[in-house]
Amino acid sequence: MTSTVAAPDVAESPPTMRPWVENLVLTALSMVLALAVGAVLIAVSDPDVTSAMQYFFADPLNTFEAMWTSVSEAYAALFQGAIFNFGADSFSQGIRPMTETLTVAAPLIAAGLSVALAFKAGLFNIGAEGQMLIGATCAGYVAFTWHLPGPLHLTLAVVAGIAGGALWAGIAGLLKATTGAHEVITTIMLNYVARYLVAFLLTTAAFQRPGRNDPISPIVDATAQLPRLLGDQFRLHGGILLSLGAAVFVWWLLNRSTLGFRFRAVGANAAAARSAGINVGRSIFQVMVIAGGLAGLAAVSQVLGTEKALTGGISAGVGFDAITVALLGRGSPLGVVLAGLLFGGLKAGGVTMQAQTGTPIDIVLVVQSLIVLFIAAPPLIRSIFRIRSGGIGSMQMSKGWGE
Amino acid sequence: MRLELRGITKRFGSVVANDHIDLVIESGRIHCLLGENGAGKSTLMNVLYGLLSPDHGEILIDGDPITISGPGDAVAAGIGMVHQHFMLVPVFSVADNVMLGYEFTNTVGLLDEEKAAKQVTDLSARFGFDVDPTAIVEDIPVGSQQRVEIIKALARNARVLILDEPTAVLTPQETDELMQIMRELRDAGTAIVFITHKLREVRAVADTITVIRNGAVVGEATPDASEADLASMMVGRTVQLTVDKADYQPGEVALRVRDLTVRDDMGREHVKGVSFDVHRGEIFAVAGVQGNGQTELVKALLGLEHEVSGAIVLDGQELLGKSTKEILDSGVGYVPEDRSRDGLIAAFALAENLVLDTFDRDPYAHFGVLKPRVISDKAVSLIDEFDVRAQGVGSPASSLSGGNQQKLVLARELARPLKLFVAAQPTRGVDVGSIEFLHERIVGQRDAGVPVLIVSTELDEVLALADRIAVMYRGSVVGVVGAETSRDALGLMMAGVPVDEALQAAPTARTPGATA
Repeated sequence: MTSTVAAPDVAESPPTMRPWVENLVLTALSMVLALAVGAVLIAVSDPDVTSAMQYFFADPLNTFEAMWTSVSEAYAALFQGAIFNFGADSFSQGIRPMTETLTVAAPLIAAGLSVALAFKAGLFNIGAEGQMLIGATCAGYVAFTWHLPGPLHLTLAVVAGIAGGALWAGIAGLLKATTGAHEVITTIMLNYVARYLVAFLLTTAAFQRPGRNDPISPIVDATAQLPRLLGDQFRLHGGILLSLGAAVFVWWLLNRSTLGFRFRAVGANAAAARSAGINVGRSIFQVMVIAGGLAGLAAVSQVLGTEKALTGGISAGVGFDAITVALLGRGSPLGVVLAGLLFGGLKAGGVTMQAQTGTPIDIVLVVQSLIVLFIAAPPLIRSIFRIRSGGIGSMQMSKGWGE
Repeated sequence: MRLELRGITKRFGSVVANDHIDLVIESGRIHCLLGENGAGKSTLMNVLYGLLSPDHGEILIDGDPITISGPGDAVAAGIGMVHQHFMLVPVFSVADNVMLGYEFTNTVGLLDEEKAAKQVTDLSARFGFDVDPTAIVEDIPVGSQQRVEIIKALARNARVLILDEPTAVLTPQETDELMQIMRELRDAGTAIVFITHKLREVRAVADTITVIRNGAVVGEATPDASEADLASMMVGRTVQLTVDKADYQPGEVALRVRDLTVRDDMGREHVKGVSFDVHRGEIFAVAGVQGNGQTELVKALLGLEHEVSGAIVLDGQELLGKSTKEILDSGVGYVPEDRSRDGLIAAFALAENLVLDTFDRDPYAHFGVLKPRVISDKAVSLIDEFDVRAQGVGSPASSLSGGNQQKLVLARELARPLKLFVAAQPTRGVDVGSIEFLHERIVGQRDAGVPVLIVSTELDEVLALADRIAVMYRGSVVGVVGAETSRDALGLMMAGVPVDEALQAAPTARTPGATA
């Protein structure tokens, strides 16, 4: 037997990044790219730019100047509307944008946590919108129908909101656990049921505000409103604290509780979880109930803090934005908080941008969507910025249709 | 013809699957590629067959460099491949499968079935294949399906035939027949590349042996090299191939399985009225070719099947109808057959995987709150005890090699006191070095008086470990025999021959003694 050993002259392969660093870099680059595409849209939709383009060949510089002005003004307005208004008379007026961002972010974070938690258990909760509607209905009903002393009334209204969301998601969880019905389908359908149920309820005597013909409920009792955090001159209310508390709770649940261990095990490999004696069906039901409760908490923020009355539009699309928030936050509680703040800022700043520069707020939606689109396709970002793969594939958080 | 691979290098990310591999394949020879799972054998052959493109290196036929950018090029160059998982259309006939992609048509463009059938008949007759061209592929045995794959390659004038782990799905007799076919093809001038990790087969059939380890060629060997020498080349150190066991001293019956029948959701019976006993302090092995009901039998024992009837009694306690959790908690250790699917959560840390079935109990949790400190301390000691080679207890299970993953599963299951230990395919896809360790641990349980049930499709493993052997065929137990039963008799039983006939046809080779 002869033995020859091959020469070990393997070429050095370039170093690859740690997964979380790569995640961060990819997310940041996605945002840069999305803002760049947004800039193009802002530029071409600006009347000043289009008129300058008519004599582009006579004076091309003028076109680029107009583009620069248009884009920089729009993004400056976006920033000022989201974080700090440098043109304000006083400091308290200066921070107003930040408080608005926090107000808008509160329900986004809670609903984002709802979707992210379900992701961790391998479920795609598209139903945060419907869960919010039912949660808002329950919280609102307790808040404007019952008349109780302050803290008790608020507590009961908050609990009712959470319970309403939990109930609605629990239906989808139960169907999945017992019959295998796919949660994507059931939660979408329950969104419709919730929307028309609320529309109907708002025409009944129990829910419609006396003396009004449009679908709106009475104003919630002052005893059941979430307290304003910075006095009456700002809208910022206790909802943001509830959402941040929920983020801490979800982190604890996932990383420190046996329940969260089960959820993660089921999400990461249901077959192995089953072989290790974990009841997969029960875990699916439980995670949906908790996810629904988080969506209910988002609704509480809306109905007891921001809007103070129940309407058909109370969820304001937050339940759908929550999906993008959860994707952007990569399913981690901290990530969801940061993504919720970013989206809250974009939304609050978008209003200012439209008011000051006339740039349509829809640009913000385009930017939001592009960020998530780029994040969902890491190979695209990698090829644009020529980054080597460190092993992160495309985002896959939920199981396929066949499961 | 002479096929030459020069300096083939293939990387996947930072992993070098093939590292400057040189190989010469000549017609009229059986060339064995021997190496452990993950050594890079299949990658090399996929490069040769055009399924992967190499980062470096070239392929030459009779000295001329050729480019193979897809299986089409490979076939045109006279290279045929029989994959480990057959590439056949189950509902098509043999002839249709053979001509698929290279269809014969008559003058009006319709398929010429007769010509296709004749081609199959001719090739079958030439090499003694005994394959009916009109048979539907899903109806014929696995061994015949494999022959269809070989015919497919020959029909396309393959002068080099690559067989990727061809014996994994065969009974010992079918393996012998395959070896005979290989010899005939060789004598007819075909070059054969035989990929395997089974030492016995290599020695039986090879003309040339190339050993691959960690993606590189570590040496050549001749067929007269001993199994121990080949194993140590493959692993890189000396390996003990036999298992030391204490004398067989069975205790009382611990597990009593009676008339166990398992159906799937479609109502098909996978296990048909199986009965057997497992004693304390014995290793009871269930042998058989893959897919004869062993998988379902084990799942039924663990409460993972829905449609089960009969009785499963462990220490006087009925297990049938209990949940998997109750069964595990009552003291059953379970090593699932498919480790990556059922045994581990690849994304979870080692420490988390080690408490997958005990995470919600003291001392790992209290009132629903995990104790990460305790869990990680336990993991550190288990990883040390079971010699799991890992970066740390926080690294994901996916970062481990197959052998270390299996040690991890075993460590988890043996970490608590057991009343019964069930291990399905305990060493599948595991390197030779780890097999040694895993076998020691399994025997250790038996010697400590635990009843052990092993399911294995590897006859070598069954013979190395078992005190008594049950052979399963098509959902039934053909017979329960003693460990001294000859390999040939077991092989016949695996093909469904009744126990008496099998023992008569192939009398006991080893020391006679206890039987069923």
